[in-house]
Amino acid sequence: MTQLVWNGLFVGSFYALVALGYSMVYGIIKLLNFAHGDLYMLGAFTGFAVLGAAGGVPSSLSLPLLLGVLLATMAITGLAGVALERVAYRPLRRAPRLSLLITAVGASFALEYGMRAVAGADPRVYPVRLGGTPLEILGARLTPQQLVLIAVAVVFMIGLNLLVTRTREGRAMRAIALDPRTSALMGIDVNAVISRTFFLGSALAGAAGVMAGAYYGKIDFLMGFLIGLKAFTAAVIGGIGNIPGTMLGGLLLGLLESFGTFWLGGEWRDVFAFGVLILFLTVRPTGLLGERVTERV
Amino acid sequence: MTLLDVAELRLSFGGLLAVDGLSLSVAEGEIVSLIGPNGAGKTSVFNCVTGFYRPTAGRITLRGRDLRGLRPSAVAGLGVARTFQNLRLFGELSVLDNVRAGTHLWLRQSVLDALLHTPRYRRSERECTEQAHHWLDFVGLRGDRYGPARALPYGEQRRAEIARALARRPGLLLLDEPAAGLNHGEKAGMVDLIRRIRDLGVAIVLIEHDMGLVMEVSERVVVLNFGREIADGRPEDVRRDPAVIEAYLGGEPDA
Amino acid sequence: MKTGAAGPKVRRRGVDRPPTRVSRLLQNRWAGAAGLLVALLAPFVNATPYALSIMTSAAIFVMLAAGLNIVVGYCGLLDLGYAAFFAVGAYTSGVLATRFDLPLLATVPAVLAVTVLAGIVIGAPTLRLRSDYLAIVTLGFGEIIRITANNLDVTGGPSGVYGIPHLTDGPVSFYYLTVAVVSLAVLGAARLGRSRLGRAWRFVREDEDAAEATGVNTYRVKLAAYIAGAVWGGLAGVLFAAHLSAISPASFTFLQSALVLMAVVLGGMGSVPGVVLGAIVISLLPEVLRDLADYRFFLFGVLLIGFMLVRPQGLWPARSKEALRSDEALRSEEALK
Repeated sequence: MTQLVWNGLFVGSFYALVALGYSMVYGIIKLLNFAHGDLYMLGAFTGFAVLGAAGGVPSSLSLPLLLGVLLATMAITGLAGVALERVAYRPLRRAPRLSLLITAVGASFALEYGMRAVAGADPRVYPVRLGGTPLEILGARLTPQQLVLIAVAVVFMIGLNLLVTRTREGRAMRAIALDPRTSALMGIDVNAVISRTFFLGSALAGAAGVMAGAYYGKIDFLMGFLIGLKAFTAAVIGGIGNIPGTMLGGLLLGLLESFGTFWLGGEWRDVFAFGVLILFLTVRPTGLLGERVTERV
Repeated sequence: MTLLDVAELRLSFGGLLAVDGLSLSVAEGEIVSLIGPNGAGKTSVFNCVTGFYRPTAGRITLRGRDLRGLRPSAVAGLGVARTFQNLRLFGELSVLDNVRAGTHLWLRQSVLDALLHTPRYRRSERECTEQAHHWLDFVGLRGDRYGPARALPYGEQRRAEIARALARRPGLLLLDEPAAGLNHGEKAGMVDLIRRIRDLGVAIVLIEHDMGLVMEVSERVVVLNFGREIADGRPEDVRRDPAVIEAYLGGEPDA
Repeated sequence: MKTGAAGPKVRRRGVDRPPTRVSRLLQNRWAGAAGLLVALLAPFVNATPYALSIMTSAAIFVMLAAGLNIVVGYCGLLDLGYAAFFAVGAYTSGVLATRFDLPLLATVPAVLAVTVLAGIVIGAPTLRLRSDYLAIVTLGFGEIIRITANNLDVTGGPSGVYGIPHLTDGPVSFYYLTVAVVSLAVLGAARLGRSRLGRAWRFVREDEDAAEATGVNTYRVKLAAYIAGAVWGGLAGVLFAAHLSAISPASFTFLQSALVLMAVVLGGMGSVPGVVLGAIVISLLPEVLRDLADYRFFLFGVLLIGFMLVRPQGLWPARSKEALRSDEALRSEEALK
């Protein structure tokens, strides 16, 4: 039982990290960035390449080194996200929604199969593997590495929340989310803020990608597809566009999946998750912490 | 005879009261103007009547039938047509198709008719096209009917939108600022058009900021401020009403 | 498509100019007849089993594109899990035919019923939502169907259903049967597009609120588009099952859905000749560009972005200028005076 909760929270913190980027981008420009999951994949491969370039890794140093790689990867995927927005999304910001969605699907495809062309179709084995002796806490087995990964995820989430609620930058983001035109009139550089939002969201996805690679040990070019869907589900459960809600949604989805797998069997895990998504969208499309929007016309 | 009856209508968004206890009735074939400063809740009243907003409280009846809780399309089916403040034509579709939209509820045509091109399909398509031409003639549209609606000049788009609403053959037409953005000559044409629509037996409720047009065309004027009605009467009485001058015209005698 | 909003650079041919001989030649009726003729004559050019198989697959793909075009092109709803309906059709007919020893034709009524039901089950809860939510939900639903087929015993698990009976005696006759069915499906989709319902779909695509205000029940109309798309996809699934005689979950991945979408976007959303052309291009391209196999999907992704940026109306756009019928020509002359 405690084990299930623990597993759920662990997977959920990954979901939350990826979902945050989804949610931030949606919150600010109302775009579902289908390619977001693929930035996670890009992060995993970038980390892979950086680690490879760094050469052999003595296992005693693996954790600090990994943190360094993490930051480098975040910078790279963040920039990739900015480039994606600049090239594919910005020119279409005023175009019909359908065009933008199709562009996002195209971007996702281009990233996935571009990576396949570069890195090959077979899964790659991560040069760093976080092993370690499991500890016994409250009847659940967990490794110190899991604890570290969760701690890193929590630090990122708290940092992001502070950024959005306490800083000038965060205020600009919230202003644009409410009304981009007025924000521009008030002297906010809308394009710059949107770029920075993409940077942050993509960097978090990239971080999650490296962490997943180091934890699970294997990466492949399609790894972002499923997690993108899951992250969207998490964002919807919590309330898309709402940052604390999204974190909650991620953890909740992790828990739901953990218990769902226990009851239904692992092969039904994804079906269960998407079933939850459809249920939520039907019953409470604004999510747990999202606000109800009545405005029409 | 009363066509539309709105009683004690209230609409709030969160804490903000957009409409605060408005009562309004419109008789068959009457032209009523709804005026008031920006943000007075005029368009919100339209949105409540046409089913786009669900009122917080109050009654809305059309010929005695309750309109609350109906989908906008169902309200349209009962004979209420509207235009929008910022023109909502189907821009990429032909002007003719836009007006055909108005006939949607009248066409008797099944999917099977369409797949097999039965005589009934041909007949209903011909009828629908004729209707569309008829209403475009009625509003006096001169532009290209076969090209996309977005290609029409602005004033013509206003007319096309009215033609679309008329093709619904409504008993009540709600016009949301039909003269906004029109030049002087076009406004005169609009006055004429509104009168001709009334002569068809259609009641009209008009939201308009152009006081000249309102005074010229309305039989009755209702003034809203902060979601409340502050005056209701003949144009010449309303323009002399001290409360209206105070709240809306801001003291100017002839705004 | 509100192409006008995509940028001032987008010029639309054939809107501002009088019809030329070429554009008249490209009018749907003649194009359709010419396309059908090419399809009918193709086996006389090359009738190797391989070529026939490729051509049959391409024809089935055309039917999928015509069906998805109803949902995406006419109605403007992005469906990213269209392969689900394809799968539902293929599995329903495959399972029924193999379990109960039925001829494939006898399963068609069941396929129709099941696909309509699937359309309602997916559409009913989700069509009330914003269109972008719908896209993801359909994506999730596509995965649900595929994983379910993968997990259940009745669908044969990962190895799928095999030994599905053929519809005809040989590949040539099956090719002609497929062409006939697909032609009818394309014609049907085109006719629906020109009907009262088809207009309502476009009203919804252009402006849902305005459509609702003119009396179009947008929810019902969207559901109708969804169901029509489901039926087209399901029937294409039957042809697919008959063609390969074996089906497995691997045929119904997101990739398949994305390819159909690509055909629709490439050809021109809402344009029947456009999506037929798009489907043929997408399904035959791998045969032409074998060397580029590794880059094919990457290229498709880039093409999707490129088309949306530069030419959102596709290769063969739907006309926004209405064709004059003879009885209207007179009127239009009067109107121009």
